[in-house]
Amino acid sequence: MATPARAKRGGYGRLYRGREGQWSWVAHRVTGVIIILFLFAHVVDTAVVGWGPDAYNKVISVYRNPVVGVLEYVLVACVIFHALNGVRIMLIDFWPRASLWQRQLFYGTMAIFIAGMIPITIIMGNRIVQEIVH
Amino acid sequence: MAVDAKAGARPAADRPVPPRRTSRERPATRGEFWWWMFMRISGIVLLVLAVGHVLIMHVAGSGIDRVNFGFVAVRWSHPFWRTWDWLMLSLALLHGVNGLRVITLDYVRPPGVRTAINAGWAIIGTTLFALGTVVVFTFNACAWPGVHIPGCPS
Repeated sequence: MATPARAKRGGYGRLYRGREGQWSWVAHRVTGVIIILFLFAHVVDTAVVGWGPDAYNKVISVYRNPVVGVLEYVLVACVIFHALNGVRIMLIDFWPRASLWQRQLFYGTMAIFIAGMIPITIIMGNRIVQEIVH
Repeated sequence: MAVDAKAGARPAADRPVPPRRTSRERPATRGEFWWWMFMRISGIVLLVLAVGHVLIMHVAGSGIDRVNFGFVAVRWSHPFWRTWDWLMLSLALLHGVNGLRVITLDYVRPPGVRTAINAGWAIIGTTLFALGTVVVFTFNACAWPGVHIPGCPS
């Protein structure tokens, strides 16, 4: 059958256009970019450990701040979403029948993500509140 | 068969029925196919390394509050954690920089600008890989005055 010109150019076919498939694709890109841009900074801040205790402890103290704590929480959420959604992508890529259930797989992924984020939100949220109180 | 981008907004009755498909299309050229495969293989490994790292360093115990020079010194006294961190550094940078490359190819059309931006990502990635590798393998906590961790000569 004839492939629509747009689908051919994009290379993803129409399975990934519109609704859950496309939103998870957007979310995968956005979380991926957030993670790699943070990683660029994180490799540098961790590398400071090679310059001794004074330098490293000064750099790491930047993290002990409620605003950075919130950013840290967002980063953790991004990593966990990107990992779980990556598993969903691989299921669809390597197990042909999974493409028939891609919408259900998306909601399953979101359910696992939210279930996982509940304890993490309590733990990290508590720590952020403690930092504000102190 | 005409399918427009807003197909999902139509009522269910006249929405075109997608054909049964075997699986998602894969990149056609050999180079892109192997990058595609690398993203999936490194993704599985990073699922353990990066999610594990995030849970250990940012969620467990008192999280980042307990991390300081001494914490890193004790952690990196085990070759296991140095290997973990170096493998994670290598795979995460390659996985992330390739992701940025794919996104750049999607949104940047002029060939010269494309090449320049992707060269920029490659330079940043290579530089950070070199920096991280040198630090992971040359780090010696005992060389610093006042640092006392198990394993340092007294």
